[in-house]
Amino acid sequence: MIRFLLKGLVRDKSRSRLPIIVVAIGVMLSVFLHAYVTGLMVDMIEMTAKFSSGHVKVMTKAYADNADQVPNDLAILDAGALMDRLRKEFPDINWTARIRFGGLVDVPDDSGVTRTQGPAMGMGIDLLSENTRETDRLNLKKSIVRGNLPASAGEILLSEAFSQKLEVNPGEKVTLIGSTMNGGMAIYNFIVSGTVSFGTSALDRGTIIADLADVQQALEMQDAAGEITGFFSQGFYDDEVAQINLDKFNALFTIDEDDYRPVMLRLRDQESLGFYVDMTKNMGTIITLVFMIAMSLVLWNAGLLGGLRRYGEIGVRLAIGEEKGHVYRTMIYESVMIGIAGTLAGTAIGLLLAWLLQKYGLDIGTFTKGSSAAVMLPDVIRARITPADYYIGFIPGVISTVIGTALSGIGIYKRKTAQLFKELEA
Amino acid sequence: MDHSIIQIEKLTKSFPMGKSKFTALYGIDLSFGEGEFAGFIGPSGSGKTTLLNIIGSLDVPTTGNVLVLGNSVGELTAKQAARLRKESLGFIFQSYNLLAVHTVFENVEFPLLLLKYSTSERRNMVMDALAWVGLTDKVKSKPPQLSGGECQRVAIARAMVKRPSLVLADEPTANLDAANSHNILQTMVKLNRDLKTTFLFATHDEKVIGYLRRKVYLLDGKIDKDEVLSN
Repeated sequence: MIRFLLKGLVRDKSRSRLPIIVVAIGVMLSVFLHAYVTGLMVDMIEMTAKFSSGHVKVMTKAYADNADQVPNDLAILDAGALMDRLRKEFPDINWTARIRFGGLVDVPDDSGVTRTQGPAMGMGIDLLSENTRETDRLNLKKSIVRGNLPASAGEILLSEAFSQKLEVNPGEKVTLIGSTMNGGMAIYNFIVSGTVSFGTSALDRGTIIADLADVQQALEMQDAAGEITGFFSQGFYDDEVAQINLDKFNALFTIDEDDYRPVMLRLRDQESLGFYVDMTKNMGTIITLVFMIAMSLVLWNAGLLGGLRRYGEIGVRLAIGEEKGHVYRTMIYESVMIGIAGTLAGTAIGLLLAWLLQKYGLDIGTFTKGSSAAVMLPDVIRARITPADYYIGFIPGVISTVIGTALSGIGIYKRKTAQLFKELEA
Repeated sequence: MDHSIIQIEKLTKSFPMGKSKFTALYGIDLSFGEGEFAGFIGPSGSGKTTLLNIIGSLDVPTTGNVLVLGNSVGELTAKQAARLRKESLGFIFQSYNLLAVHTVFENVEFPLLLLKYSTSERRNMVMDALAWVGLTDKVKSKPPQLSGGECQRVAIARAMVKRPSLVLADEPTANLDAANSHNILQTMVKLNRDLKTTFLFATHDEKVIGYLRRKVYLLDGKIDKDEVLSN
């Protein structure tokens, strides 16, 4: 019987073509969108983690409460000792101290008078120590547009867009004007060693990157750090790993209720990243459900149209003695075959499109220009093909065809057999 | 007439029509024996198709009793009615109703698939049925490639392939020319004679009426005349 049905499906293009095309399109979109959204979300989360949140971050309680203001007067003191303890207690996490700061970058002319100046957001990171991973983590080498990475104390990187705005070139001197940890005025000279472009408008607008020790000196933050950022050795954020480490940290460090006690925040606890983490986790389910419902509706209608076209066939089958339930079941078998065929085609096309987007990316820099979102959106978005993309299409592909057929096939049960001759002869 | 395979007693069939009802058959009493070649004859609306439907377990009586091969049609469940049709009844339709995408062989084979015959049994039975109607050379053809007469012969083969006790034919020659009609009817007469299959027609075609050995005339839902020709 299955062979009989299969022959009918293969030969009757109008019975199989439309449903297969509908399923293939739906599955293709499901697979492609899943890969696309996964790529976008993971890139966004990891980029934000690398430049800002870390996978976990340790700050003082007071700093954490006002983190959006970057209150360096509430920074961690004795950061070196805390770092040593964190490295000892959490050996699977790579810890690094950072200072975020704001200020004015002033570019003097030959006579020392201000030529140009502009507001900047700065990051003090470990650029110069022997075993630093910050250079690789922030992809600084590949981000260099002009000049070089800082090779000695007193050198900084400027974002390319910012350097053009200030009309300053590598090798020239700039002055950072800001405030020290103690509330005094900080004036510190740097040499621009190079310019960088991260492909993210939020970073490229007005960023300066300096060595942590230089920033500590400039802001009078010796052995202090605004935040100690931790990155999981597995290379990506994992909610469960973060929770385990948070629990361990809380057990180790909740000694007193001092405002300056260290607290740990997971990536999901910072800004609105929890929403994105949850969204990434649930995206597969959401996309699958949306397409399953949409395709079921389309296939329901396609099934009704097909059912009308096959009225005669179904009528004669019932007259010959096939039970209604058997006719209904065979229609379901057919829908499974159609679902599998459409899913295979849709998955192949979806994966191909996702692969193209993964390899070549899509530049959305024009749309994100001027964005000040806390979450960093890369200018070039790329899909990310995961193992789920190979099977995720089967859920909407097969289930929607079965639901669509089941709904449209209900008419068989409502049909009076007595009308068969009349309908068949009509 | 040998054993009675159809017994109809005081059959009445009504259909609801809005708030009133339309009665298509009034107190029909009939019986048919094994091997009969009979037909219900009458103008449109006389009730002949309704009667054929009830005998074919496609519909149920409003009152009265209809026994077909020992099964009381009014008391059969949908499953039992389907089984009766599947195992013991064959249908021939005015417009053939063949499955267009399947070959002649597959169309004739379909009732045997439902009866779960083995592949070799099916092959033999289908070829036998096609031999009865003279279509063994059209095994791989599809209905759109056949003439109207050939299509109706395929339909007869499909109805006969499982060797049913009873074949019901509703206006089987309505779409055929005279030559094809006679050809089809001669085929059915031969099958009736050789296999002892009972044939019941619903018709108002004179060509069909000429072949019938029993003619039950219906008029306004009642039996007007029941004419049995002597051999």
